[in-house]
Amino acid sequence: MEDLLKLNIIELSDLLKKREITSVELTNFYLERIKKYDQYIQSYLMVTGEKALDMAREANKRIEKGEAGRLEGIPLGIKDILCTKGMETTCASRILKGFIPPYDATVIKRLHGDGYVHLGRLNMDEFAMGSSTENSAYQVTKNPWALDRIPGGSSGGSAAATAAGLCVASLGTDTGGSIRQPAGLCGVVGMKPTYGRVSRYGLVAFASSLDQIGPLTRNVIDCAVVMNTIAGHDPLDSTSIPQPVPDYTEMLGRDIKGMRVGIPKEYFIQGIEPDVNQSVKEALSILERNGATIVDISLPHTEYAVATYYIICTAEASSNLARYDGVKYGLRVEGKDIIEMYKRTRFAGFGKEVKRRIILGTYVLSSGYYDAYYRKAGQVRTLIRRDFEEAFRTCDVIATPVSPTTAFKVGEKADDPLQMYLSDIFTIPVNLAGLPAISVPCGLDSSSLPIGLQIIGQPLDEARILQVAYVIEQEKKLKKIPDRYLT
Amino acid sequence: MDYRGFEGVIGLEVHAHLLTESKLFCGCSTKFGAEPNSHTCPTCMGLPGALPVLNKKVVDFAIRLGLALNCTINRRSIFARKNYYYPDLPKGYQISQYEEPICENGYLDIYINEEKKRIRIKRIHMEEDAGKLVHEDTIETSTYSLVDYNRSSVPLLEIVSEPDIRTPEEAVEYLKMLRDCLIYLEICDGNMEEGSFRCDANVSVRKIGDTEFGTRTELKNLNSFKYIEKSLDYEIKRQIELIKKGGEVVQETRLYNVDEGVTYSMRGKEEAHDYRYFPEPDLLPLIIDDKWIEDIRKGLPELPFEKIERFLKEYNLPRYDVEILVSDRSLASYFEDTVMLFPEPKTVSNWIMTELLRELKARNLEAKDAPISPANLAELLTLIKDGTISIKIGKEIFPELCSTGASPKRLVQDKGLIQISDESAIAQTIEQILARFPKEVAEFKAGKDKLLGFFVGQVMKETKGKANPKLLNELLLKRLKA
Repeated sequence: MEDLLKLNIIELSDLLKKREITSVELTNFYLERIKKYDQYIQSYLMVTGEKALDMAREANKRIEKGEAGRLEGIPLGIKDILCTKGMETTCASRILKGFIPPYDATVIKRLHGDGYVHLGRLNMDEFAMGSSTENSAYQVTKNPWALDRIPGGSSGGSAAATAAGLCVASLGTDTGGSIRQPAGLCGVVGMKPTYGRVSRYGLVAFASSLDQIGPLTRNVIDCAVVMNTIAGHDPLDSTSIPQPVPDYTEMLGRDIKGMRVGIPKEYFIQGIEPDVNQSVKEALSILERNGATIVDISLPHTEYAVATYYIICTAEASSNLARYDGVKYGLRVEGKDIIEMYKRTRFAGFGKEVKRRIILGTYVLSSGYYDAYYRKAGQVRTLIRRDFEEAFRTCDVIATPVSPTTAFKVGEKADDPLQMYLSDIFTIPVNLAGLPAISVPCGLDSSSLPIGLQIIGQPLDEARILQVAYVIEQEKKLKKIPDRYLT
Repeated sequence: MDYRGFEGVIGLEVHAHLLTESKLFCGCSTKFGAEPNSHTCPTCMGLPGALPVLNKKVVDFAIRLGLALNCTINRRSIFARKNYYYPDLPKGYQISQYEEPICENGYLDIYINEEKKRIRIKRIHMEEDAGKLVHEDTIETSTYSLVDYNRSSVPLLEIVSEPDIRTPEEAVEYLKMLRDCLIYLEICDGNMEEGSFRCDANVSVRKIGDTEFGTRTELKNLNSFKYIEKSLDYEIKRQIELIKKGGEVVQETRLYNVDEGVTYSMRGKEEAHDYRYFPEPDLLPLIIDDKWIEDIRKGLPELPFEKIERFLKEYNLPRYDVEILVSDRSLASYFEDTVMLFPEPKTVSNWIMTELLRELKARNLEAKDAPISPANLAELLTLIKDGTISIKIGKEIFPELCSTGASPKRLVQDKGLIQISDESAIAQTIEQILARFPKEVAEFKAGKDKLLGFFVGQVMKETKGKANPKLLNELLLKRLKA
């Protein structure tokens, strides 16, 4: 049975269609694994076993009738930030405890339409604010490669569950690196699509102008397959792009001869661990050997990205999180009047990092400070976007490390928010520019911790970065799941 | 109004509820008076993850008004979030427009004592309404609040004037004209009682001749023309008194107490909200192309101020008449339909403004449901004009014509009300009457001229009012003076 873990979704679908295995069997296989291993990893906030088996039985029926969708019977894990009708959706926050959405996010609807099986709700940093998943109000998820280390964040549950083989693949969300960084630290593939490529309808907003939903998978093909289902225009999201979706699997395996890979000099600076540097350099030489040209580029405003990001994302968050006031749903702590009820509810309901960001965001939008912070940040954001536009005149994709370090220890940066913020230094500019980027495993450091390579594309050029990632994956043939989860 | 050396400076912010079928950012119905929270969805309830989608119809309406008020329609405008906490505001922010609104720099002309005054429009923007709190008894005594989100996200236009208004009277004229425009454009029902048309005012005063503005106060939630006029007058006088006593006006928000006829402070500047406006990231900038604007321009109706000018020119009526007729689009059409059949505009206008409006009021009807058709009114006026009946008879039968909808000609015939214009018949009646009152005849001849009326009355009584009054007068005088 363990061989099932090595198969990609296309191969699994074949087995399902040939009835060599049923979706119920596949689902039970994963439910068993969750039972066995998740006590150590703590990636799931909630396992929806009954629901999963119901969905698997439905999938079996459709397969028998020859009506299988693209993800028919495939068990997936869902980050607890995507509204799913009838299932508690908490964003790993106390304030949304008990909130059961009466509607499905558009991505959930699309997964449904293609026959997926919902295994459970994956842990995350509260409201996706964090880079280690330590900000979950409920539990700390561990990195499957080293249980004393963090899995990255905020989609740490998604990355860890995918890496440990506790789901075929998962969905996460990425506001400043929240898919790519945990994917990189857990040794899986993670994609943040172009802003507007995947509908945000039903994604509980953290920073609306930056948030994107994307897949975390054990291989590049799965990433392409899941993208085929979730990408596309949605009239319910006004920022969704009305462009047709290509078949993302089509470019996989095509050669990259003549492709120009840009290397931004600003990204290879001090602070990068030598192993990370080494591994990324090796990955670049793989691309060169396969016919790509390495081009030196410059993204001169990179140094302002983190500051810009923390103004924009906190400003939007302070507004997006205003609705959690105890009036309509989730937690309410009573008080003598409405103001006291608001204060008590929000004091009890939000964790430290969320409060910190609400306060920061409220400050930068305040009258008298708006021009100096929020407006200025918007202007710098434009400069950062132009840096990329300029760079893409001379290259087709850009390659960088995902993260300056490999997974750090649980608690190591928990009390140092600034250090934590800097761990997203290579991923943040991509969100500010709204570009697609993928994190693909490119090696292990001396402690056998995964290292990720980030490939950044032009708007809507997801197919090309998948194509490049596939080349790395095929050459590296890295281990997908740590051995200890294969027994 | 005379403020003895001072003048008021007033800027008005009007909120107009739009007559769209669905809400500003979702497909929920905007119908008033439904079961609480029955017209709601994840978006207008502000559920986590729900997103707004702009209702294009609202943009159409905003462009309509913008064009009517001579505004620049911005080819690019943006939505903004206005952040504040209140239980009726489900997202914790209102989606509005702040920088870059859809319409700017327009104007509306009003007339005060026949004199034109131009009130500049600073901006018009789109925004969503909040829900409504419901209490057992009052908000002060109730131990809990219930929230009804049916009104949440119902579309509004906010129309902001420049501080060009100087008197409460001008304010009311401006508001009436603006309201008429909204109704003519069919984008707002103008209902002030239900809050479809409500107004906030920024008020300050200064010595006449000063160019600087004084410190202003904001009067909130003014919802009848009467109270707008009274509260503005009170507030201007209050500020003048304050300054004369050597005090200073404090920047604050005030409310008008209808029962006591005074304004009182609601919150000071320190308690003023910092709304932390910023561009709404869930909506793209709104781009409007020339074609969109031109399509809307083509569909614009004749506007009330245009109609007023045309009526003045075409029908040569006094402005007073025209303003009353035009204040109601149906009444104006009624007038024009009648004039088509009976081309004496002033006569028609007089009949409408006295007889018809009286009947409408008595029956609690609107002009569009007038109980007598323009054709019947024209027929009645023709009967009077050709001498078939007298004006008096015409007025007498008017209520009956309204109740029955009968043809005036038929009614006059059936009731035998046709005027007697036969000289010999009238002369005969005159002889009878004069024979009956010899004493009065003698007095008249002795110089008591006013007895003429007495004789006219007697003849009219005898003929049941049917004698042609003009003829009667002539014959009577001729006979008596003979």
